Amino acid sequence: MFINFFFDLKQASLPVSLKEYLMLMEAMNKRVVDSFNVNDFYYLSRSALVKDERYLDKFDRVFGHSFKGLENPQGETAKEIPEEWLKLMGQKYLTDEEKKMIESLGGWDKLMETLKQRLEEQKKRHQGGSKWIGTGGTSPFGAYGYNPEGIRIGQKEGKNKKAVKVWDKREFSNLDGDVELGTRNIKIALRRLRKFAREGAETELDLDNTIKSTAHKGYIDVKMMPERRNKIKVLLFFDVGGSMDAHVKICEELFSAARTEFKHMEYFYYHNCLYDAVWKDNNRRYNDNIKTWDVLHTYPSDYKVIFVGDAEMSPYEITYPGGSVEFWNEESGETWLTRMLNVYENAIWLNPIPERYWDRIASTSIIKQIFSDRMFPLTIEGIDQAMRELNK
Amino acid sequence: MKFEGTSSYIATEDLKVAVNAAITLERPIIVKGEPGTGKTMLAHEVAKSLDAEIITWHIKSTTKAQQGLYEYDAVTRLRDSQLGDEKVKDIKNYISKGKLWNAFESDKRPVLLIDEIDKADIEFPNDLLLELDKMEFFVYETGETIKAQNRPIVIITSNNEKELPDAFLRRCFFHYIKFPDPNTMEEIVEVHYPDIKKDLIQEAFKIFYDIREVPGIKKKPSTSELIDWLKLLMTDDVDAKILREKDPKKLIPPLHGALLKNEQDVHLFERLAFISRRENENVE
Repeated sequence: MFINFFFDLKQASLPVSLKEYLMLMEAMNKRVVDSFNVNDFYYLSRSALVKDERYLDKFDRVFGHSFKGLENPQGETAKEIPEEWLKLMGQKYLTDEEKKMIESLGGWDKLMETLKQRLEEQKKRHQGGSKWIGTGGTSPFGAYGYNPEGIRIGQKEGKNKKAVKVWDKREFSNLDGDVELGTRNIKIALRRLRKFAREGAETELDLDNTIKSTAHKGYIDVKMMPERRNKIKVLLFFDVGGSMDAHVKICEELFSAARTEFKHMEYFYYHNCLYDAVWKDNNRRYNDNIKTWDVLHTYPSDYKVIFVGDAEMSPYEITYPGGSVEFWNEESGETWLTRMLNVYENAIWLNPIPERYWDRIASTSIIKQIFSDRMFPLTIEGIDQAMRELNK
Repeated sequence: MKFEGTSSYIATEDLKVAVNAAITLERPIIVKGEPGTGKTMLAHEVAKSLDAEIITWHIKSTTKAQQGLYEYDAVTRLRDSQLGDEKVKDIKNYISKGKLWNAFESDKRPVLLIDEIDKADIEFPNDLLLELDKMEFFVYETGETIKAQNRPIVIITSNNEKELPDAFLRRCFFHYIKFPDPNTMEEIVEVHYPDIKKDLIQEAFKIFYDIREVPGIKKKPSTSELIDWLKLLMTDDVDAKILREKDPKKLIPPLHGALLKNEQDVHLFERLAFISRRENENVE
């Protein structure tokens, strides 16, 4: 029975290994917990199988699915409800009389059924009121409200203590690797891209070598060595303006994380696609730009190149000369991108738009093709993969 | 040997299960969580509740795995040899034991705390793989093998500054201390200040959790900060009524310095609190 659970976890691409499964079996065998208590088993298996808080939420979902026989479609609906609806705003406090007044809607199955119907009917965020899904209302669906038979979605704790199951609370959903992105997390992801080397001035005492040399020569012979440094060099290109305005925050975070993480980093701005010039200061972009040729000639090919942009534009802006929306470009964006890729072997594109929309946007597909599929979403997972790719 | 929490430390059910699993299976447990949720405290409390000795090894960015095992002081030996000291003949005189060695030698099963393992170099956990798995290591200088007499209870804390290698994680239990819910928090406060006024707690909690939920706040206040703040409220004898204050001009809670630790957060909180209270009034 546990084997199935284990394979479910594997299927959900949680990084579980046989060793951990055996560890769990050993723990069960030694009666660490009472085997008839599902809660304890949940805690134990979570502790043995999940090793990173990013996966806790996924684990909760798989656990709920494997042990409750919850049908997948229902689980999916629950997953799809945007967090934003459930933001803690304007929470309504109900009196006891009010609580009594609210009547239940029928059994669990009926609730799920109605929930699905409601989800289909309702398209926008809702707050208060007593029918729609949202926050602080008295409808049986949504969070932070009160209804004796309510289904809780996305709420962080059982506020009225009518909670269902521990794992269904999904307390760790905000730790999911695909969702949360702060500078700190980005830094951790960027740290994948490191190559340590001792280069430059000899400033550190090399103790081992000194001892060896001293023993060899018979007098104290001090040996020095250069400090160990990350020698990765990075060029960052940021798309600014237009459709990128929506992604300013995340780009800022990426920028500040990258600046502290990489000692040798240069950044440039461009708009929509790379053409014959880039700039370093958005206020002075028309007077003070830098020729892309100069960039290609200044930085040697061992620099790693990261493009950040939504790659959302008219396909002509990439493929035709004169396609740019802002000025007459003699050569097409594609030509410039290819030139860039010819110089810098290690280059990737980070896209703030979720991966599932990429195929539907023509320009995104074209750029992805130019980059030979080295386009990654701007999430922790994505940056992580991107850094591995750059390290190759 | 079972850990049940202590009179000064509230352990949630899932934490107890994880710790007990690690104790029974004699494997290390990795504890992660927001700062101030009591990761380091846990090791001390486990030791206290099991009446075991605690050995702490604080990790810094310069810490090497070898330092936990033993260090060979070649420089002193070299100097002694030039001075013709008798000590120089026995290499054992120049080997100083590390924390792991101390833990392995202990007569009674000790608790070994490896604090903030993520501070060390990326390779650090890998270098300790075998030592923590087999609980033994080899001393090259003397040719002896040090084996644990009693496998210590190893508790490792991490602040997530670096990712730990998979091979290392596979050998450990893992627990993420989530931020305590209001009920657990009440128990925690109870342990620290048993004679605090009930209504003061309730109002203070509401403010505390409200602050934590403010979107975009830079540093969320943690348990230890709540406890400090309550202490201040108690010593100043602040009345619960003041905390219930609805006047938009007095939205910032009294003595907020204990909770909000930078001025951007204070401004942000001021703005947001104002908006949300106004919205609340409209709804009502």
